Formats: sequence, C-alpha cells, structure tokens
Amino acid sequence: MATGTISWQKVREAGSKLTTPLHPDDYLRLVNPLWSARELRGRVEEVIPETEDAATLVIRPGWGWRYDHRPGQYVGIGVQVEGRFQWRSYSVSSPPRRRGRTISITVRAMPEGKLSAHLVNGLAPGTIVRLALPEGDFVLPDPPPARMLFLVGGSGITPVMAMLRTLDRRGSMPDVVLHYSSPTPERMIFRDELAALEERHPRLAVHRLHTDTDGMLEMGKLDAICPDWRDRDTWACGPGPMLDAIHEHFEEAGLEDRLHLERFSLELGGDGGEGGTVTFRNSGKSVDVDGATTVLEAGEQAGVGMPYGCRMGICHTCTLTLVSGRVRDLRNGDEYDQPNEQVQTCVTAAVGDCTLDI
Amino acid sequence: MAIADVQEYTHLTDDEVEQLGRELDAIRAEVEESRGAADAAYINRIIKLQRGLAAAGRVTLMAGTQSRRTRKAALATGATLLGVAKILENMEIGHNVMHGQWDWMNDPEIHSSNWEWDTAQPAEQWKHSHNYVHHQFTNVLGHDNDIGYGILRMAREQKWHPANLGQPVYNALLAGLFQWGVALHDLDLEAIRKGRKDPKEMKRQLRQIARKGRNQILKDYVVYPALSGPQWKSTLKANATANLARNLWSYMIIFCGHFPDGALHFTEEELEDETRAEWYLRQMLGSANFEGGTALHILSGSLGFQIEHHLFPDLPSNRYPEIAVKVRALCEKYDIPYTTGPLHRQYGQALRTIMKLSLPNGMTGSDQPEPPSPSVDRSRKTDAERPVRRKELGGWSRGSSREAS
Repeated sequence: MATGTISWQKVREAGSKLTTPLHPDDYLRLVNPLWSARELRGRVEEVIPETEDAATLVIRPGWGWRYDHRPGQYVGIGVQVEGRFQWRSYSVSSPPRRRGRTISITVRAMPEGKLSAHLVNGLAPGTIVRLALPEGDFVLPDPPPARMLFLVGGSGITPVMAMLRTLDRRGSMPDVVLHYSSPTPERMIFRDELAALEERHPRLAVHRLHTDTDGMLEMGKLDAICPDWRDRDTWACGPGPMLDAIHEHFEEAGLEDRLHLERFSLELGGDGGEGGTVTFRNSGKSVDVDGATTVLEAGEQAGVGMPYGCRMGICHTCTLTLVSGRVRDLRNGDEYDQPNEQVQTCVTAAVGDCTLDI
Repeated sequence: MAIADVQEYTHLTDDEVEQLGRELDAIRAEVEESRGAADAAYINRIIKLQRGLAAAGRVTLMAGTQSRRTRKAALATGATLLGVAKILENMEIGHNVMHGQWDWMNDPEIHSSNWEWDTAQPAEQWKHSHNYVHHQFTNVLGHDNDIGYGILRMAREQKWHPANLGQPVYNALLAGLFQWGVALHDLDLEAIRKGRKDPKEMKRQLRQIARKGRNQILKDYVVYPALSGPQWKSTLKANATANLARNLWSYMIIFCGHFPDGALHFTEEELEDETRAEWYLRQMLGSANFEGGTALHILSGSLGFQIEHHLFPDLPSNRYPEIAVKVRALCEKYDIPYTTGPLHRQYGQALRTIMKLSLPNGMTGSDQPEPPSPSVDRSRKTDAERPVRRKELGGWSRGSSREAS
C-alpha cells in the first residue's frame, strides 16, 4: 500500500515536467474533479435530512484524503456561495474506516448562519466542495476509559456520535452516560439511532432533556443524573453558556483535568496583543489596529484580498508569511516573531508593528 | 506642474477632476458588490477551455500517424490548438489572475499570490515590474519600464542615440522573442549596465529566471519531442511555432495598449502630489483601447479595454465591456479623449512610432499630441527613487527569502 502511494507520487512528479508550471492534477481534474491532490476536495454524494433544520452530508473525498480521523475530530469544508468559497468546520459524525469511501458531517442551520443554511437546504448531491484534513483534540482515547460521561447540547451531539458509533462498531461499549439537551424532541438529531444504540448496549444510558419545556440543564442536578460523575472522564460539547456552566462546575469540584471541552465558536481575547501598525507588503497597504483585532480582520479593514477559511484557527487557509514584527496567538498567548514565519492570520493579533507578505 | 496642467485636461477645474474621480470610484464599488457566481463561472470556464485546448494540442502532436498527409494536418491542428492555449493562458488567465482580479473568490487555486504562468518570466518578478512599476507609473518617462521595454525609443522626449537606428531590427527581435524579453524585464538591464543593481538581488532573480526558463524549454523542446518518438522533429517545430505565435500576438496586443497616437507620455514632475483622481486621469490619457468581437477580446486578455484595465486593474476582466460603456460616457461628459480604434490601426500607429523614433526628432514630425515637456535625458529609476506606491494597485512581491538571509 505504502509503496504504491509513493510510486504514484513519483509518477505525478515526473508528469509535472509535462505540465509545468501546472501540476498533472490540474488536467486530471478536468476528467474527474476528485482526481486532484493539489487541494483536498470531495463530492457530496447524499444529503440526508436529520431534523427540520439539520442534515447529514455524505461526502466522498478525493485524492489525498486518509480515512484515519479520530472519532470526535472536525473537518473544514469550503463551499462556493455566490462565486466565493466560504469555509466552516464541522465534526465528522461517521466513524473512521480505513477502507472507507465516504465521510459524513452533520450540519445544523443557524438562524444567522448563511453557510449552514445553504449546506442544509441548498446543497445538491454532486456538488464539489473543498476539504481540510481532520483536526481537534476532542477525541475518543484508544483504548477508551472504562466509564465515560457525555454532556451535549444541540448539534454538540455530532462529535459524540462519531465516538459512540466507533464504540458500537468495535462492539466494546464501556459504561457510558449521555446527557443530551435539545429544545424539542423533534430537533433532536440522531434520536432514532440513539434509541437503537441504547437498546443494543445495556451499558449505554441516554438522558434526554428538552429545554423548551424543561429548561436548561442545571449543574446541581448532575448528581441525580449521574451520581458517579466525579469518577468518570467527561466530554462536553454544545452552546457556549452551557459549556461555561459545566466548566465552572468541574473547576469547583477540582476535576478540570477529567473534563474535555469543545466549543463551536472560537473564543479569542484574554491576553490580546498590544496592537500596532500592520503592513501588507505586496499591496503596500497598512492599518493601525488594537490588540484584539486579528491580523485577518486588519487586512480586511485595509482592503487587502486576504485568504480566509474557517476563521477559527482550524483550516490554515489564512496562513501567511510574517516578514517582520511579532504576533500573538489569541487562543493560547503563543508568540511568533521569527522572520518569514508562517502565521494563521485569523487567530493572531499584532504585538507592535508587523509586516506580512501579501 | 501636475497632470491637470496637461493640455487635454486644462479645461477641467480641480473640483471637476475630483468629481470624475468619485464617479470612477462609484463604478468600481458597483462592480465589486455585484461580483458573483456568473463571474466565477466565467473564469472557471476559460481555464477549463484553455487546459482542454492545451491537452488536445499535445495529444494531437504526439499521436502517431502513418501517412504524410494526415501527419501534416495533425501538425497544423496541434500547433494551432497549442498556440491558442498558450495565448489564452498568458493573456486572459495568467495576466488577469496575477492582477488579483479573481482573488475575491477565495479559491486557493486561482489566486494572485500563488499563480504561476506558462511563460519564461517568474510570476513574482512580473508582479513587481508590471503590477507595481508599470501600473503605478503608467507612461511616466524614466519610471515606466514598459516604454520600449528598455530596448526601443518610444517617446520623442527620450534622447536619440545612433544605436536607435537599429530599432526596426530590435523591434522584430523583441516581437519574436517576446517571452524572453519579458523574462528579463524586472532584472532592469539598464540598472545593471550602470552598476546600480544590488548584486545579491540580481543573482537571486537570475537564478529564478534560469529555473523557470529551464522548465519551459525542457517541456517544449525536449520532453514532448522525445515522447513523440520518430516524429520528434515535427513536434519540436510545432511547439516552436506555437511559442512564436504566442510571442508575436502578446507583443502586438501589448504595444497597442500605450503607443497608438493619442496616448500621452508624462514626466516625473506631473507625478508630484498626484491625487487619486489625477492618477485616474493619467491612466485614461496614457492608455489606448482597440475594438473587436468577443473572441478577439478574450484572446487579447481583455486588453482591448486597456483604459478600463488601467483604471481598475483588479476588477474581473469579463466585466470590462460593461465598465467601458460607463467610462466612455464619463469621457464624453468631461470632454476627455478616449483613444480607440480597430486593432490594425492601433498597431499600425505604434509600429510607425517605432520606425520614426529610430531617427532623430529633427528628421520626423510628431503624430502624438503635443509633448507635455521639453526633451530631457531621463534614465530609469530604482524603487528607492520612486515615490511612495499607490495603495489601490495589485500585489507584488520580492522573494520572502531575502529578509531572512
């Protein structure tokens, strides 16, 4: 398998002598859009409605995709909307299968989310999308711990579903408690599949909460839902306020280490940069920004045609070369100041004056 | 002295010039806001067509045929397909993508920052010499190296030298070897001759050109002929023909952009304190269009709309026809010349200028509008000597490795 891949790579390299300055892939994709490893892409094979506002997209990835994502990871997906590629990240809901042919992501349309609505309602099978390789630490450990607790809300179920499906496929379901909040029973994604899983695995317990009628999960009630939660490894994914409450509760109990959190939206800020003048070398444009403005936003303010993707530090589409100066990663405070360092513009802010190569 | 002192504009007050600038800004804003799926489909369609033509041309040339007659037909067809593909690639695709016309699509495969074109000049160097130097200093003597490409005397204000007598020959050579002339463009031979070029930068650029040029030569003159087996000779000839055709075509189109009668030259003094509106004015007066059908415009990279292209170098080329209608109306409204004509006439005028200026001024009369200033020796400028660059222009880069070393 490995040698086959290498020789195929060599064939393509040799072929580039014929197609320079393009790659052989640039011609092959005329025959089949998936025959290109220049940029990862995939074809939407199926759109399966899950609820009124959520759908599962079954995507067949093209060359260069390895079916080795870890259950719980997310992928970037770029879809052309009105001529422009818009990127978002979604958890892969299908379990990893080395010999797989498709992956699936489950998308819920947000009232204000232009792209998610487009994905759920407007994406025809056959559409070619761009993909970014799976990423994320919100994953199922291998081997899984003996006792697990999942606290999920809304579409926070998708990464957890990938984990449950993996455990189901392996036939080794540990002691699992899943608490799943959703506004109404109808909006509960995967509700039938979860019921079937529950029936098949006596060690899986699912608690359902319908927040429209019952209100949000109160952390004080956790002891009633799952009395031994302190002894479990916990994974939580859902809306921000819910995660904040969970985080606080675990912190008070001194159990932060056992909690794995995944947020849908990027939380920047905290220790921002100092701000400064950000200069974009090729266009000669520059703009003064404060320490909370990302380099990407700075470029957009200055009118530079900045490349961007997920806007949350996942897909690396926005990566540019920092020519001089220093930027700080708003997620963790890491600083980058080497000349010609590659930086992700969507999650970094200027620490003093800096110059980027665009 | 400023651009507004040029004869064609003296009837306009400062306020009128600014008003014209605002109207042009409005045209830009309208196009920027309305870019969408149809525009994206256009460039994707052209790219697909171009790659299809190139592949068909290569395959036709390599395919073995028995009879001599069919071989000849295959050769002619293959060379034509390949020539058209190369023209499309350089003009409507490469030139426009590298101007950033399609960056708004956020498509990493069609983006000015990483596009490399099918010609000898490295994209990075072109973006400096063309996007920056030529588009900012359009037709400014001593600044715009596109005036004669450092080889031809194209303005009466340039000092005559006996070597200029050879212009008809240089011109023919430039036309036939155009891609190599362009390849050396950003090196700035004049600066090298005068010993003003940074030797490190020169070496870096030469290496870059050598690498790119080698791949181009290998492809057309070694690898494809070798793959054609016993027909290697005819494939080589066909490839050379396609390259020559592309060279002649792009040379001709490019010389129609700024050298027909009516396109003015400017002096450094006119650059002083130039406002954005005055920059627009200089682009309009320094450029010339030509007329023709849709196919002609696409094959010429939409440079028949040179005036519109110089006003808005980074707007998608497929929108130039509609922009042209508005720009022309503005020219009428403000009583500004809008230089245009059929392709043969525009090129004929440029050619006449090349021939005439091989002689000293005293021996020929001027076809151009009155020169804005008396004749002076104007040697070329380095970036350091040029004024601060204009922010509205497309990208250029100077190798990311330089600062590191």
